[in-house]
Amino acid sequence: MERTPLLSMHNITKTFPGVLANDDVSFDVHSGEVHTLLGENGAGKSTLMKILFGLYQPDSGEIRLRGEIAAIDSPTSAIEHRVGMVHQHFMLVPTLTVAENVALGLPSARGFRTDLDAVSERILEISNQYGLAVDPGIEIWKLSVGERQRVEIIKALYRDAELLVLDEPTAVLTPQEVDDLFVILRQMTNDGTGIIFISHKLHEVLELSDRITVLRNGAVTGSTTPAESDRQQLAEMMVGREVKLAPDKPAVDRGPARLQLRNVSVKGDRGTVAVDDVSLDVHAGEIVGIAGVSGNGQRELAETIAGLRNAQGGSVRIDSTDLTNASPAEVRAAGFAYVPEERMKDGAVGEFEVSENLLLINHGDPQFRKGPLFDFAKIRAHSQRLVDQFSVKTPTLDTPTSTLSGGNIQKLIMARELDSSPTVILAAQPTRGVDIGAAEYIHSQLVQQRSDGVAILMVSEDLDEILGLADRIAVMFDGKIVTVIERESATREALGLAMAGG
Amino acid sequence: MSEFFTVSVIFATLSTSIRFAVPYLFAALGETVGQRSGVLNLGVDGIMLLGGFGAYYAVLETDSHILGVIAGLAVGLLMGLVYGVVTVFLHAKQGISGIGIFLFGLGFSDLLFQELVGTPLPIRPLPRLDQLPAVGGIFEPLVELPVVGPLIFDHDLLTFLAFLLVPAVTWLLRKTTFGMNVRAVGENPQAADSLGVSVARTRFISILIGSTLAGLAGATLSMQLAIFQQNLTNGIGFIAVALVYFGAWQPRWVMAGALLYGIVTATRIRWQSLDIIPQGASDVAAMAPAVITILALVLLASRVRGPAALTRPFSRH
Repeated sequence: MERTPLLSMHNITKTFPGVLANDDVSFDVHSGEVHTLLGENGAGKSTLMKILFGLYQPDSGEIRLRGEIAAIDSPTSAIEHRVGMVHQHFMLVPTLTVAENVALGLPSARGFRTDLDAVSERILEISNQYGLAVDPGIEIWKLSVGERQRVEIIKALYRDAELLVLDEPTAVLTPQEVDDLFVILRQMTNDGTGIIFISHKLHEVLELSDRITVLRNGAVTGSTTPAESDRQQLAEMMVGREVKLAPDKPAVDRGPARLQLRNVSVKGDRGTVAVDDVSLDVHAGEIVGIAGVSGNGQRELAETIAGLRNAQGGSVRIDSTDLTNASPAEVRAAGFAYVPEERMKDGAVGEFEVSENLLLINHGDPQFRKGPLFDFAKIRAHSQRLVDQFSVKTPTLDTPTSTLSGGNIQKLIMARELDSSPTVILAAQPTRGVDIGAAEYIHSQLVQQRSDGVAILMVSEDLDEILGLADRIAVMFDGKIVTVIERESATREALGLAMAGG
Repeated sequence: MSEFFTVSVIFATLSTSIRFAVPYLFAALGETVGQRSGVLNLGVDGIMLLGGFGAYYAVLETDSHILGVIAGLAVGLLMGLVYGVVTVFLHAKQGISGIGIFLFGLGFSDLLFQELVGTPLPIRPLPRLDQLPAVGGIFEPLVELPVVGPLIFDHDLLTFLAFLLVPAVTWLLRKTTFGMNVRAVGENPQAADSLGVSVARTRFISILIGSTLAGLAGATLSMQLAIFQQNLTNGIGFIAVALVYFGAWQPRWVMAGALLYGIVTATRIRWQSLDIIPQGASDVAAMAPAVITILALVLLASRVRGPAALTRPFSRH
């Protein structure tokens, strides 16, 4: 006999102007199971979950909880139906304490006055039961990312959630923290909680899920289980065609050291030491990956190399040129190309047209000028060539860049940077938030540059990307490079341990 | 200079300072609640003017200070409803709509004054506590106490109320569910919304509290001065908004700022009457309260960040 599912969503359709976000989607979750929703950005996962949480109303279809039709028209009513959600961007008030954040929105036993002592007591009960250690009296801003996530889970458990949605919960965690989280989630499913897990990290999905449902372009393309599938198959279900998860890397002889970092120390935004005595060489024809959880000095190191931040000590050289605390223009003149982590903040100007962004680093070049004016015919020809060569999907060259997808903006930035024929490339988080197809393309371009003898430094939080691309792997923790390993001798476990400072 | 440094003159000056601080305190405490919920109201001065005229006219017509207070509160509430609808429900930009409220208050209070009164007729001044029939007997001996008598007890009821509001607002913000909601929607409205806290309702009520207190601030001013004229406030409402920033959104620091402002103003007036400040420098001296208060609070108050969502309208998408 078929059990009644905890949740069943039937034939959900939701359209936004010009977009079919959910197309006749059906999805169910049983008590005690982890059901993963897998799909690329814009596949409709978030829309479906926002409908479940009462933030959107579906155009058609119905939601049943424990077999009964549930009209969920607000987050409050979702919570009343015992649906809990851990959002990707934490929904916490940093200036409030843990207990206040948990109590927010709930009636107080003491009426108009808060009753935080009782709330704290209950929080401690929950945290003991699931091993979610946290101090109820501490303000959120003092907590680490992992601890904040625990608070989010406690918030849901405090509200007696029977169905918990976790939207990309592992994106900000170290591998060890991910393991801890999975233990907690398993304990919850053993107690009968149903969990919807949203992720695009395929090995995590395979590790945690009982069932997997894949969405593409708003519609369900298939359901499977970890036993019946593998990473390759899941990726192809997501993208709808054959994909190469790891690019083929031809053997390349490692040349001389081109980028040389010696004892580089840098202060962060708050005046504390962000990069602490880092020394590293990147040779011609190799990709060095910097692995680590974000916030361990990678951003500051990258900005220092790019000339955007001053070092307090040490030196940066490209070939024979000393570029310590040089300006971005001087660094670029030495053959440096930079694909920054924050592509919309540091990599492109959103309001600028595609062709303008393609010209950002060489608008002073005489070949694009006619006397004091721009030579727009040449600029258009140049832009068109780059757009074609790097298959940037844009309606026109005059389209505002911010309207392109993340993957296409990243391809645009890559086109501009690689066209400068660099000798050193620094690519930070080159495929974060980029769909699989674009990521595949960006990876193949980096590998091509490597074959051409360029020295590439790649900063990434994505271990799959590091393991797939890098020839050597440096792990950053707390501002230091704690280890440098050749790719052949690197294992996921060893890297994870180093990323956690172990 | 020596005339000033006598105990009686100094304490009389301090007593005046406390009374001067009251309109600032009411307005700034109200604005503190509003800003903690994420709403900046630059219309405080305009609401004070309308509340001030309402109170003045009520006292002029009925000779009842109680009706004067009620008129001030009612006008403040009414203006709060307008500002709340415009900013919370219509998502208007707070900076510009607040200036609109100010300009409306400035012009409309003068228009009403010209049409209904015409020439500045004085009203009966606000009685001190010892002059009140009900409690006068209790306060009369207290006022007679040396030094502290005039300093602490020789005031009107609204002065006491204003200073009692400091712990009351602190309690409201820190110890009540409403106050927790206010702090949450001022900091991260998305988070509050995801837990079923109504951002709109919390902000709307906070605006009503703020503007009602602004109306009371205006009523206190016109009743203490026992007069009304065009632009009676002369920018007190704007100073009150500044006091919230410099007081780092903490009621006790806001009170410190209001008191400092009162002290500097009272000292200036006293020094001018004692000819310590030469006539020619009186315009320069008139700037002293603003300059000194701002300097002091910049130096004293820790560099606290304001509510993260201040001035940012909230909608779900």
